[in-house]
Amino acid sequence: MVSAREIVSAVVDPELPVLTLADLGVLRDVREEGGRVVVTITPTYSGCPALDEMRADLRADLVEAGYSDIEIRTVLHPAWTTDWISDAGLRKLADHGIAPPQRIGPRAVGPIPLTLEPPARRVPCPRCGSVDTTELSRFGSTACKALRRCEDCREPFEQIKEL
Amino acid sequence: MDNAYEALADEGEEKHWAFGTGFTAALTGVDRALPAGVERADLVVYCLMLGDDALIHAQRLAEWCSRAPELEEDVALANIALDLLGQARLLLSRAAEVEDAGRDEDALAYLRDEREFRNVRLVEIDCGPGPGGDFATTIARLLVFSSWRLAVFQRLTASADPVLAAVAAKGIKELAYHRDHAAQWVLRLAGGTDYSRERMIAGLTQVWAYTDELFTTHPVETALGGVAVDPADVRAEVAEVLDTVLSAAELDRPEVTQVAALAGRAGRDGVHTQALGHLLAELQHVARSMPGAVW
Repeated sequence: MVSAREIVSAVVDPELPVLTLADLGVLRDVREEGGRVVVTITPTYSGCPALDEMRADLRADLVEAGYSDIEIRTVLHPAWTTDWISDAGLRKLADHGIAPPQRIGPRAVGPIPLTLEPPARRVPCPRCGSVDTTELSRFGSTACKALRRCEDCREPFEQIKEL
Repeated sequence: MDNAYEALADEGEEKHWAFGTGFTAALTGVDRALPAGVERADLVVYCLMLGDDALIHAQRLAEWCSRAPELEEDVALANIALDLLGQARLLLSRAAEVEDAGRDEDALAYLRDEREFRNVRLVEIDCGPGPGGDFATTIARLLVFSSWRLAVFQRLTASADPVLAAVAAKGIKELAYHRDHAAQWVLRLAGGTDYSRERMIAGLTQVWAYTDELFTTHPVETALGGVAVDPADVRAEVAEVLDTVLSAAELDRPEVTQVAALAGRAGRDGVHTQALGHLLAELQHVARSMPGAVW
């Protein structure tokens, strides 16, 4: 029998199918407790509608592999951050035309400063590599993405925004 | 280059998903211990206050979908609404669970009457897209509301209630994006044409009359020391943020008379403007006319 961890690690994200849930960092824990498989996941955004689908996909793949006693837990704390996307995940995103987020690192405590200008940092175009790109919209096709355009190759592209 | 979404288009793939009923309860598997010494009824009301703010504001923002000034803004406002709806689901689920009276998040959203809603009036007033409202007014409200909620949620991360603390920790990252989005629009509209500036000023003036309620301490917030945040504590911090935006936009803080409460009671006590009844009629219509419908 394939280990539960192996099965669970292969389940892909329902909205970003190039990433596994493990790559995305939403898979927090997998353990087998006396025949029962306990999987712990965390949502990316509070309103992420994919969470139910993730639960269903995890369950379906575990059932297919012969497991029957399955519990999928959700944790809200600590809150997901794009820093949890694995290095492999960042590479896969870039390979598929989605600009990966930058690493944020530990956050300063205290009030979050206001940003009155779109971030000045340069996001390279995942197609041609040019850094001459513009933010079209801070909010893209899903909660976790922004929409940008490359001013050199003129192609629009998506960017996973830092959270 | 590979298409990132190719796998979603596979024929015969059973894992495709669609929206509908049958969502798992929002707090499935979350640690939900009740903090010691907390009066259940108070915690229920507090969760409803924060949850209803998010639910009603989400509904107002969703009304803009397909009617915003540009396509990107349709998407942005819908995304912001979705974040707030997610926060609302968690908070209403927490309220339902602590109440323990057989109601779930759907019953609280769809089957309560106007007087049972605990949101501040700011989020219910009609700021468009219909007559009487304007995109600039919607942006003004989004700026005020998200600046306020961000400050409250930052303090709420230290709440003795594990669910409130976790919802807040997730929410602050989302709210910071909402606030910045609104702030950038204020600059754009105020610095645009004379006409766009005029409308931005009118929008700020319209929503400013509902701001006091945000900072008025409710008895439940006093009773829930250590669990709830006293909104009076965030007044100075929020004023500083708003002043920063207004000064960057070269606008004055509006001088307006606050819309009065009714014998000291307002949105937090279920005393609303007439706008809420109309909003709920739309929000609750399907659930009430076809009880138990699933799709």
